[in-house]
Amino acid sequence: MLKDLFRKQKRYITVQPGTAPEHEEEKEPLWIKCPDCGEILYVRELEKGLKVCSKCRYHFRLSAPERIAATVDDNTFQELDGDLKAVDPLSFPAYRSKLSSAEQETGMRDAILTGQGAIEGRPVLIGVLEPNFIMGSMGCIVGEKITRLVERAIKSKLPVILFSASGGARMQEGVFSLMQMAKTSAAIARLHEAGILYVSVLTDPTTGGVLASFATLGDIILAEPGALIGFAGRRVTEQTLKEKLPPDFQTAEFCFNHGLIDLIVPRNEMRQILAQILSLHSERG
Amino acid sequence: MPNVILDFEKPLLELENRIAELKQYAGDKGIDLAAEINILENRLRELKKEIYENLTPWQRTQLARHPERPNALDYFNLLFTDFLPLCGDRCYGDDPALVGGIARFEGVPVTVIGHVKGHNTKENLARNFGMPNPEGFRKALRLVQQAEKFQRPVISLVDTPGAYSGAGAEERGQAWAIANNLFAFSRLKTPIIVIITGEGGSGGALALGVGDVLLMLENSIFSVISPEGCATILWKDSQRAPEAASALKLTASELLSLGLIDGVIPEPLGGAHRDPKGTADNIRAEIRQRLQELRQIDAEQLVAARWSRLRRICGF
Ligand SMILES: [Zn+2]
Repeated sequence: MLKDLFRKQKRYITVQPGTAPEHEEEKEPLWIKCPDCGEILYVRELEKGLKVCSKCRYHFRLSAPERIAATVDDNTFQELDGDLKAVDPLSFPAYRSKLSSAEQETGMRDAILTGQGAIEGRPVLIGVLEPNFIMGSMGCIVGEKITRLVERAIKSKLPVILFSASGGARMQEGVFSLMQMAKTSAAIARLHEAGILYVSVLTDPTTGGVLASFATLGDIILAEPGALIGFAGRRVTEQTLKEKLPPDFQTAEFCFNHGLIDLIVPRNEMRQILAQILSLHSERG
Repeated sequence: MPNVILDFEKPLLELENRIAELKQYAGDKGIDLAAEINILENRLRELKKEIYENLTPWQRTQLARHPERPNALDYFNLLFTDFLPLCGDRCYGDDPALVGGIARFEGVPVTVIGHVKGHNTKENLARNFGMPNPEGFRKALRLVQQAEKFQRPVISLVDTPGAYSGAGAEERGQAWAIANNLFAFSRLKTPIIVIITGEGGSGGALALGVGDVLLMLENSIFSVISPEGCATILWKDSQRAPEAASALKLTASELLSLGLIDGVIPEPLGGAHRDPKGTADNIRAEIRQRLQELRQIDAEQLVAARWSRLRRICGF
């Protein structure tokens, strides 16, 4: 089933024209250029290595199904609320067509995949934002699915892991999307009162209304190396300040250096660190 | 008359000027122009109604941002007695863009918080245009937690273009500060009344916006993004902000019919800045009634009801 989800994902890599000759029989590119170091990488090798550049360790973005596959034990993931489909509460200009092309491109119904799975045998409720679905933005459905996942966690006493990758609130849903910041944060507050573990993992990019709500409310906050993490867009900030910002501004490393996150975890260690966290919370001290 | 006249108000100004001229002329020359003046004054009244009762979302946005619109400090003076400002986040600094303290509302001690914009450039520079840094949000959090301890209701007045997007704000965890407020306000065991008085700009507004009752002044706005920002993203043209303002459904009456707010507080004709005292009277009546209702509910129930209100938004 997870493999099926994978297959729907065709467009996770942008081919640089001229540098990535296409295989004649397949549409998938065989080669891709690392945007960071310029190394030409064999796609199949890149995927085996969790999409981390073998030369410079640049972390390519993962789609939500890829993230699930890289995180949970094989054949344990069961999707929840997969029937919930994006809505257009304001009849916002051109939003419906934007939604249908996002749906076609990603094979998802909105910008999040939630479900139950296991990590090293420990059951966990997991949610992953899809960066390719309207920039992983949070509207009604993202807010609702996170809330349902958290409610399930309160009932079942299972820990929650949320992977964020988002441009922020979904503008096209207006105040409905803004209020999802309040709704998800309030849901996390209830989870907190119930004494249940919540691990938030910030991946590239986590910005705006998602960062300013559930993503920064984890008991433990992890981030992938090099991830863009910031409240306001870098361009907005540069315009506001009318000055150039340091090169590491709004990165995982910047957040770590300012004490805003617990750890930066390379992708190939993420599963193991999450398993360790789950294990350390599996019994009371 | 206010010093700043908006574009759509110019016909009113012209008419007002003509009436003044005629009166002056009649006085100087000793001619009786009462009939003419009367006709013009009637037209002025009609034109005022026509303009202010058919405001477009963009025109309301302009009223919401009017530099002379009363700010939180103006309302604190008009609505409360014994206002004592309390400052600082106990960690980094005091944020002049967000003020708070303790006061009495009709004799009852309350905690008050609010964004403060300036009425002119000098004030705006001092207040950072009402855009808080993380320490502002953290001060607000400190004050509402104090309100919980002493069982004081919280009155929160919202009026900000948004949270400040500066390098320092990022370093000090702007997003963390906002999220922590959403988290904590949602479980606070004391009544919270939120009133959007001007501009309810995105996360920076919401950081003071979680409560038991969410009200908006008639000409205030509440939006996930500014109309200019929205137009830039949608059409790469900030000049199309008026269109974006309509698309975003950011006015009080639209948000009330969408079920996203609990009530609209009327403003005197022409907007709050033409009659701050009259506006404050309307706000006072609303606070009085809401407080009376909320103070009868016990804290646990209050928090449960606050959660169900949020839970219902896009609940399927
Ligand atoms: Zn590389």
